[in-house]
Amino acid sequence: MRPLRSLATAMLKGYFRDRMALFFSIIFPLMFLVLFGGIFTDDGASKADVIQIGHVAILDDAPKEAKAAYAKSLGIHKSTDEAAALRKVKKGDADALITQKGDTLVLHFSRADPVKAAELQGQFQAIVQAANIAVTGQPPKFNVTTQQVEDESLSAIQFYTPSLLGWAIAAGATFGAAANLVVWRKNGLLRRLRLAPVRTSSVVLARVAVSLAIALMQAAIFIGIGKAFFGLQLTGWWPMIIPLLVAGTLAFMSIGLFAGAISKTEEAAIGISNFVVLPMAFLSGSFFSLDGAPGWIATVGKLLPLKHLNEGMLDTMVRGDGPSSAVMPIVFLLGFAVVVTAIASRFFRWDD
Amino acid sequence: MGVEIRAEGLVMTYGDTRAVDGVSFTVASGEFFGLLGPNGAGKTTTLEMIEGLRKPQAGTVRIDQYEPWKREPALQRRMGVQLQASSFFERLTAREQLDTFGSLYGVAAGRTDEMLEEVGLVDKADVRTEDLSGGQKQRLSIACALIHDPDVVFLDEPTAALDPQARRNLWDVLRTMNDSGRTVVLTTHYMDEAEVLCDRVAIMDAGKILELDTPAALVRGLDAPVRISLAPGTITVETAREIAGGDPVVDEESALTITTREPSRVLTQLANRDALDGLSVKGASLEDVFLELTGREYRA
Ligand SMILES: Nc1ncnc2c1ncn2[C@@H]1O[C@H](COP(=O)(O)OP(=O)(O)OP(=O)(O)O)[C@@H](O)[C@H]1O
Ligand SMILES: [Mg+2]
Repeated sequence: MRPLRSLATAMLKGYFRDRMALFFSIIFPLMFLVLFGGIFTDDGASKADVIQIGHVAILDDAPKEAKAAYAKSLGIHKSTDEAAALRKVKKGDADALITQKGDTLVLHFSRADPVKAAELQGQFQAIVQAANIAVTGQPPKFNVTTQQVEDESLSAIQFYTPSLLGWAIAAGATFGAAANLVVWRKNGLLRRLRLAPVRTSSVVLARVAVSLAIALMQAAIFIGIGKAFFGLQLTGWWPMIIPLLVAGTLAFMSIGLFAGAISKTEEAAIGISNFVVLPMAFLSGSFFSLDGAPGWIATVGKLLPLKHLNEGMLDTMVRGDGPSSAVMPIVFLLGFAVVVTAIASRFFRWDD
Repeated sequence: MGVEIRAEGLVMTYGDTRAVDGVSFTVASGEFFGLLGPNGAGKTTTLEMIEGLRKPQAGTVRIDQYEPWKREPALQRRMGVQLQASSFFERLTAREQLDTFGSLYGVAAGRTDEMLEEVGLVDKADVRTEDLSGGQKQRLSIACALIHDPDVVFLDEPTAALDPQARRNLWDVLRTMNDSGRTVVLTTHYMDEAEVLCDRVAIMDAGKILELDTPAALVRGLDAPVRISLAPGTITVETAREIAGGDPVVDEESALTITTREPSRVLTQLANRDALDGLSVKGASLEDVFLELTGREYRA
């Protein structure tokens, strides 16, 4: 137990003192999170600013659910000074002015922002239609539901936190294992450790423990920053990402072990890791959703451990699915780890 | 305390190179044993088979009752190794390296300070190994080999890259260890070191042991003439020739040298002429034995 712990401590110290490793496993992925989370955060979420003059029955007397629905996209505040309100709309300080004249709803808007103007008109048309149907006491005959193709209703941060985290973990675990193996083989430490009363399994387990610790740290930082700055909302079964991370880390470590086993130099090991991780991240939808992508990408994705990790994390962390949705990804990841580790061990050498 | 080593008919070939070609020797418990030989002679390869890093292609090694290549922890806990290339954990300080190696062997933490003291690295305790000088790394590597106070130590060129002070301090460390009954096996290119430290040395070349004996016996066996050098101007060349009586005399700017197999006769005559000031006498050394056995050409 003690050898294992001290080996893990030595590795962990080495990791935290390696600025490049820290940058590429933590800071670099975080830069993407901030970038993507920041760019797409306003995506359709900004409310229209509407001034209401006097009583507007259709709004004021609407049932609670209806009010909640339109409150999402309309920020309505009341005023009595119609002239001042109109000036505001003209100057662009407010998006629209709404009053009720008899049974007619009057909407004043500015053409300055044509998209918003069109949206507002459409929205009020819809509200009026809905109210008209409600007055008849009949259920509506035709209905429309809308669905966005990019990703089902996930806002940017909800999508990018798990997806970029998956990439960060893949990169961290793969590079960590690959570099560790090559460096220790090259500097003779593997040989030296062979002559110490330490089981090979202790050396491997120490590396596993360190990679897991790094993965959990990456997850904590990603989720922390997502929640603190970008309004990330975790759904009920999000702790299921922990077993997912464990299985994922093992899978990516096996890729790293393979890269390290077949490489003579650290540069070669990093190169091979890059060659695997980067395309895998694209094809697994870490950088953008692949829901609209051609079918073959989905097929390739089924073979990639990162795709399974990403799906498992998206399901449990932000889509609100139950723990069972993590089972298949975990099984796949563990199976992948076993197969690739077995292949890597065939190429393994203690020294050059 | 102390272990016995028996190597018999060891063979290791790399492609066409017979790196070790039928090497046999035994090292008694508590003995200080040296492996000498030019570059590429097969010293490291021999040592690695004995330590258990390589399984001999033919032949057997026993350290007490153990077969080292089976890597049994019971043996490994009693064995200290310093490999020819220092190997450390990346980005750890000298102290952390020793702590880590110590804990692999189940050593109490206090040993680290003792070892730092012993190899003179107290000042460098908190320096990362990447920032140590070549000789300091070498000393740390030796300290890592000795951290668990092993019964047998294998050192592959431990004093390469050491300055004279560090070399002699290390000799003290190794001698103290050996005096308390531990077995030490080392390889070296320094003949003075082998002469001073080793009970017996094996001189290897091209994968074979050429001679194996105590340093003194090897030198005696060489039966080499003694070189007597005089400061220039002490006596004339003619007088020297007369004294030498047929033995070669070389007159150089720095010294006048008589090479003789009868040093007592030559020295008596020099004393009679009161010509002993600034005189030096050099007998054959292990180095002469070495050069005699292995020749003077470069090795690959
Ligand atoms: N891993 C290897 N692969 C191929 N050849 C090797 C290998 N290791 C050693 N050799 C060869 O075996 C021979 C003996 O090498 P070895 O390292 O044992 O010599 P050495 O006596 O330790 O030399 P030195 O004094 O330079 O350390 C050399 O010719 C060397 O080139
Ligand atoms: Mg050598």
